[in-house]
Amino acid sequence: MPKFTIDNREIEFQQGQTIIEAAIDNGIEIPHFCWHPELSVSGNCRICLVEVEKMPKLVIACSTIAAEGMIVHTQSQNAIEARNVVMEFILINHPLDCPICDEAGECKLQDYTYQYSIGESRFTENKVIKQKHFELGPRVIFDGERCISCSRCIRFCEEIAKDPELTFVQRGDRVTITTYPGQQMDNPYSMNTIDICPVGALTNKDFRFKARVWDMSSTDSVCTGCAKGCNINIWVRNNEILRLTPRYNQDVNSYWMCDHGRLNTFKFVNGEDRINSPHIRKEGQLEKVDWDESFNEAVTRIKSYPKDEIAFLGSAYTTCENNYVLALFAGSVVGSNHIDFISHLDPDFGDDILRKNDITPNKKGAELVGITPSKSGLNFEGMRKAIKEKKIKALLIMEDDIVSSVKDIENVLGNLELLVVLASNFNKTTELADLVFPTATFAEKNGTFVNADGIIQRIKPAVATVEADRALDGFEMSRLDKFGSEFDRWMTGAKMDAKPGWKILKSLSGLLGKKMKFNMAEEIFEDMAANIDAFKGLNYDDVGNSGVKLKTENIENAVTS
Amino acid sequence: MEQKAVKRREKDLKFWERIYIPEILKGLSLTFKNMVRPKFTFEYPEEKFVPSSAYRGRPVLVEEENGEERCVACGLCSRVCPALAIEVQAGETEREKERFPEKFEINMLRCIFCGFCEEVCPEEAIVMSKDYELAFSSREEGIYGKDKLLVPANQLQDRIDFLRQYK
Ligand code: SF4
Ligand code: SF4
Ligand code: SF4
Ligand code: SF4
Repeated sequence: MPKFTIDNREIEFQQGQTIIEAAIDNGIEIPHFCWHPELSVSGNCRICLVEVEKMPKLVIACSTIAAEGMIVHTQSQNAIEARNVVMEFILINHPLDCPICDEAGECKLQDYTYQYSIGESRFTENKVIKQKHFELGPRVIFDGERCISCSRCIRFCEEIAKDPELTFVQRGDRVTITTYPGQQMDNPYSMNTIDICPVGALTNKDFRFKARVWDMSSTDSVCTGCAKGCNINIWVRNNEILRLTPRYNQDVNSYWMCDHGRLNTFKFVNGEDRINSPHIRKEGQLEKVDWDESFNEAVTRIKSYPKDEIAFLGSAYTTCENNYVLALFAGSVVGSNHIDFISHLDPDFGDDILRKNDITPNKKGAELVGITPSKSGLNFEGMRKAIKEKKIKALLIMEDDIVSSVKDIENVLGNLELLVVLASNFNKTTELADLVFPTATFAEKNGTFVNADGIIQRIKPAVATVEADRALDGFEMSRLDKFGSEFDRWMTGAKMDAKPGWKILKSLSGLLGKKMKFNMAEEIFEDMAANIDAFKGLNYDDVGNSGVKLKTENIENAVTS
Repeated sequence: MEQKAVKRREKDLKFWERIYIPEILKGLSLTFKNMVRPKFTFEYPEEKFVPSSAYRGRPVLVEEENGEERCVACGLCSRVCPALAIEVQAGETEREKERFPEKFEINMLRCIFCGFCEEVCPEEAIVMSKDYELAFSSREEGIYGKDKLLVPANQLQDRIDFLRQYK
């Protein structure tokens, strides 16, 4: 490999790489506003100026191709002075309204001002006045004064979202961003511009002013909006999710996520309709009961049916662990062969950027862990018929609101004698249920999803429940979480009395006389790894934060057999 | 060289010392001197102590003449507060400064009167007042909301002047 020297260190680079790319690969950061690894090079911010020996002037590291034997200085007198000057220049018209700016705390301009600027301005004239609070689109608000004209947002719309909507207008210090006439920035990926905007010029309409970034904890997780499984961070303050942001994973979502995933996949966690304790239908009404009563009732009633009159529905919305325990529960505890799950496809949702038509996060996983009818068992269509004919009298549904998504199923379910539903929120299916168990959502438990490309990824708990404690169970904690007490109002966010589905099934199987040995999701995964080919040899540490691709031949075998 | 402690016994006292009277007079002269000195104690609570502008009483929010708070809910005071006494929830307004504190609470059971909040505030919106009379009978009462925190700017003028001079 060819080599060049940067700050007296010799580094290797690939032919065609720019100086900035080669430096980053070797752990040397060269400051940059307008350059982004996934976007084309624009070279307009000039903060990445470096000195290259034998070149007459300083060059920008983002567009200068590295060459064999080059000698680059990022810390020479000239380079440092150039950065000072560029910072001073950028700050001339910047309003410095950090106190009211949402970006504060995660702002490149703040960071670089601290690192690379001398902190003085010679500019005594008035700053230019531009439009503040301009809605570029339905989800993004633009502040013209804060914009440093890096053009990242313009390039994102063109190159990644494939929907050119933004452009520069005016010149000189009056230059600003706007949408093309008659257009809005409303592409399904528009909110990624908020993340890549190096300053607070683009803000999230949904999250605006809700919290300071340093007051929230941030937990690595996976989006549940579709089968792509984009990697995300869940941002929580006072036990409430306030926003999701994409997390870099080159094999899945790169730096991006779609607006639907960002906005619509977390609000139910703190929703008004969360189920906060087990419920039993008494005289036609669902009534709150305690866990013991609900478990006993469920077990007595399940026992009263012969095993092939009981059917089970797993879910592509929930984790492999939950589905695996459900398969065990159906097969070896109750002894029923009737187990299946429903696929949810939305032909209008997918595109060829990230979004997939399969709007569930874990269809592959549900199949792999055995949510498929065995030889003599009924699949969903079969169950439907058998319920109509009253051959199946009891049904247990885990985390899938089938009444809302399957046509004409409501009347069919009316024929059941016992409907047990495990759900996180009240919905049309729980309305019909005889017994409802409250389950923990994706943000309240550990587990794994297998995405459309066969990559298995972990979700981690970010929101505490009555039984899962933030400190004791090793959640990510903000400063407020660490030092708050029960007497602080900012620590009293609601905690749901809900449990992961597998824990509920474990309690039921204990009462049915078959103890399951699992105490943590991780132990279930170990069991899966020991018994299912596709997961062979894996553990939570291997899956880590960026997932592992399952061996495809294993997937094909498991799914077709 | 080690010094030997000299212990004086009663029998070693001199004559004048032994009769006490001069010593008593010396002591009493101090008493009488202080009796006629000007007083600096006063009868609190009938009489109130008005501290100087350098005094750090409970932190309060500055209210402008139009009844609006100066605070823009940046949360810096909340971040710097070593006792985690301050909770700020920002909201959006139509005013020129588009951000305002929807909720601003100081837990006076946590506050240690350090004045860091005043020092960090970019808007001169939170200042230490002269109010030292804080009594409550429950934890809830100890949490002061905007209703108790907002104080008109003209009542805080001498502290603000002090800050401009020395901060
Ligand atoms: S809005 Fe942000 S991303 Fe777009 S040009 Fe301005 S500073 Fe760059
Ligand atoms: S593409 Fe799918 S997984 Fe990714 S953010 Fe959107 S909904 Fe979520
Ligand atoms: S005076 Fe100190 S302890 Fe009291 S609120 Fe201000 S920063 Fe917190
Ligand atoms: S530092 Fe000042 S402006 Fe910021 S929240 Fe506190 S009082 Fe308000």
